[in-house]
Amino acid sequence: MSESAHKISVHCTVNGRALSIETYPMAPLLDVLREQAHLTGTKEGCGEGECGACAIEIDGLLVNSCLVPALQAEGAKIRTIEGVATENQLDAVQQAFLTHGGAQCGICTPGMILAAVNLLQRNAHPSDLEIREGLAGNLCRCTGYTKIFASIVEACRNMQQPTEPRT
Amino acid sequence: MEPRIIGTSVPRKEGRDKVTGAARYIDDISFPEMIYGLTVRSPAARGRIVNIHFEPTIPWNEFTIVTAKDIPGKNCIMLLIDDEPALADGFVNHPEEPILLLAHADKYLLEEARRAVHVEIDSAPAVFTLADSLTCKEVIWGRDNIFKSFHVEKGDIDSAWSSAAFIVEGEYETGAQEQLYIEPQGVIAKASPGEGVTVWGSLQCPHYVHKALLALFGLPKDRIRVVQTETGGGFGGKEEYPSMIAAHSALLAWKSGKPVKMIYDRAEDMLATTKRHPSRTIHRTGVTRDGKLVAMQIDFTIDGGAYQTLSPVVLSRGTIHAAGPYECANVRINSRAVATNTPPHGAFRGFGAPQSVFALERHLDRVAQVVGLAPEELRRRNFIQPGQTLAVHQVVRENVDMAGLMDRAFQLCDYHAKRKRFQQENRHNVIKKGIGFASFLHGAGFTGSGEEYLASEAALEVSGEGRVRIFAGSTEMGQGTNTVFTQIAAEALGIDCDQIEIVQPDTAQVPNSGPTVASRTTMIVGKLVETSARTVQKCLFDSGLLNRNYSAAEFKSACAAYIEKHGPLQSLTKYQYPHDLHWDDERYQGDAYGAYAWAVYVAEVSVDTRTAEVRVEDFVAVQEVGKVINPVLAAGQIEGGVAQGMGFALYENCVWQQGRMINGQMTNYIIPTSMDVPPIRVFFEEIPYERGPAGAKGIGELHLDGTAPAIANAIAHATGAEITRIPITAEVLLNILESVHV
Repeated sequence: MSESAHKISVHCTVNGRALSIETYPMAPLLDVLREQAHLTGTKEGCGEGECGACAIEIDGLLVNSCLVPALQAEGAKIRTIEGVATENQLDAVQQAFLTHGGAQCGICTPGMILAAVNLLQRNAHPSDLEIREGLAGNLCRCTGYTKIFASIVEACRNMQQPTEPRT
Repeated sequence: MEPRIIGTSVPRKEGRDKVTGAARYIDDISFPEMIYGLTVRSPAARGRIVNIHFEPTIPWNEFTIVTAKDIPGKNCIMLLIDDEPALADGFVNHPEEPILLLAHADKYLLEEARRAVHVEIDSAPAVFTLADSLTCKEVIWGRDNIFKSFHVEKGDIDSAWSSAAFIVEGEYETGAQEQLYIEPQGVIAKASPGEGVTVWGSLQCPHYVHKALLALFGLPKDRIRVVQTETGGGFGGKEEYPSMIAAHSALLAWKSGKPVKMIYDRAEDMLATTKRHPSRTIHRTGVTRDGKLVAMQIDFTIDGGAYQTLSPVVLSRGTIHAAGPYECANVRINSRAVATNTPPHGAFRGFGAPQSVFALERHLDRVAQVVGLAPEELRRRNFIQPGQTLAVHQVVRENVDMAGLMDRAFQLCDYHAKRKRFQQENRHNVIKKGIGFASFLHGAGFTGSGEEYLASEAALEVSGEGRVRIFAGSTEMGQGTNTVFTQIAAEALGIDCDQIEIVQPDTAQVPNSGPTVASRTTMIVGKLVETSARTVQKCLFDSGLLNRNYSAAEFKSACAAYIEKHGPLQSLTKYQYPHDLHWDDERYQGDAYGAYAWAVYVAEVSVDTRTAEVRVEDFVAVQEVGKVINPVLAAGQIEGGVAQGMGFALYENCVWQQGRMINGQMTNYIIPTSMDVPPIRVFFEEIPYERGPAGAKGIGELHLDGTAPAIANAIAHATGAEITRIPITAEVLLNILESVHV
């Protein structure tokens, strides 16, 4: 960041909590979340919006936070991987990733889970193709995606069971 | 007794932290006073460093600057030999070679500083291709550019040609492949003359890094400490290169007196770190009229880049796998690794075998065509049988049944019917379908006497509460080490998985279990864990504190009683090389591996002949791997490897210009996405291997060997195209299709 740039104040909500930070306007939101909000669950894989490891939700939209300038976070409701589980219970998608081998090295997992959660909010009954399309912006080098697809199918099934309410 | 835990899909040990974002990778860790480090690299492929100019626009007095002169010990990255400097001293041998290090607290200013350093190189003639290196167009390494060569000889090949009805020749090439772990390389170092050197990093082999830092700093062993943090994928890419980053961050920390973090950005990671060795294989094969292989002459060359690094070992595995799971009385393999002025190529899952297996499996389809046999029939007539000898004179003692694996794979994908139907339908369609396969083996563990030389150790300690801690240098990088070791120990001790803890790999705490490579962690180190567990259990039995058929509570109280009476309850097991295995390094003959995985993979593809776009429609992977310890994790290994093999075959194209990769971005280096992968259907045959833990063999790498040739053979079947090199990008295929007028 050039020294002539001035820092600005950004006020937003992250995982339900108010956050006010001083940052350079064009600083990647990813850096702000990781370094200033200390939310290191969001990962940097490429820094150019290709891999999706830095995926978060801003006002319900899935975005690559490495490409979002900090100034755009003003007034936004942000959700990161740290905001997906409740204190005591994993989200159905997280639970399915655990039981079905959706995570291996785990570095793409936060972004992958946010992409999956975001997809299931928009479409509770995705087809196989819709699942593939929903994850098309998230690269995984470990799994060959097969177990990730299986995890999402399982999560859908579990979310539809009334006896296991989603929290 | 039926296993309780082995063979069940226990959830990943560290899985909860990974799905919640709580897992701490190297870039998630900070220390007070920590500053950032960065590398200034060579702009040229080869030449003398004439001048280094620092633009005056940067407040250089705020920076820590390290050159080769600041190295306290020897300027090398010690691995097999010491030819690679940590920092170039006067001369560079490849683009992106590290020359100078910078550190500063402000990482944005640091990046500006990198651009303000100008290295002037007086260029020397350089070598960029295998062919130019082999002809010594310029001698750039040693006397003849050869890092290492091997010669394997079986039977009398010179006399065998006369008994062949057909002699089939072919030349095959494979390209460099980037590991592309999604977490870039990174290390944090603390270092001072008083306290020694400690590094934390994303790495596969803590003891490799330890060895490199030992030479670099000239310190006693106990003053160097290497800790592995959660590692976001390795695939071989974090086998040797982390020693380089650890060296750099430690040198900066040593000079600045502050903790230094170095995290590569994606472009630096792709341009500067190792890739799979490009290769060229020349086959000359003699075969009888009824399809029996009588002579296999194989010439295998890999491009090692500018320094030796691991090239001799990669070459070794590629050489031994080059003749495949076939019986042939007369075999000659000549192989060599040569130097070029590119960044050193290195370890990547499969480690030389994917290169030579691609060549062989493509070649055999062409041999079959010449003989007039179906490709499966040619293989069937030559598959190795128990008791027969492989090219390196290894007598196969395993109960291998390659034909059985092939039949099962074909049945699962309806191979015969499809092969016939596609051929008929293709005549009328612009989108042509094909089905092809590869049959192959992959040795588990270090080659030859490698495991004897490593003499790995692993240990286990039980607390008074009956909790078990496993001490091993083997790392978790996604492949499941933590979970598999837990299952092995829990099974052997008759306790639950949640009673087991894996100690973080830290050279100050864990014994040297050898590197986490070579499909060896489960089979070799897992066995050490199992033996340690059994030893502890026997200790409790022998002391009379525990009866057989014990409960968890009885185990716990027996442990408490033992410790009270005798002190710590622990066991360290050292690998014993089996006395019935023999390897002759001079003649390159003998028991190359204690055990092999055996496999047949089938790919179904469609090729749009207008766009030359290839889609893999279905993939069946059948393999015999010994006892499967965790079915979900094991299938995950195969599925991921098949996807990487698919990238190797179709998309992953490193574009080189004067020894530098010019497409070092995820935007233009293409790996398979969720839209590209076919259904990957994985099937295991399990024949317990008596020397593996619970009967397991290795499964970490075999999938890279068979996937690419299966896909290439399927494309050849669909189009009639002569596929001799990978990656088969659409551009490459379009040119071939135009020449065959499909």
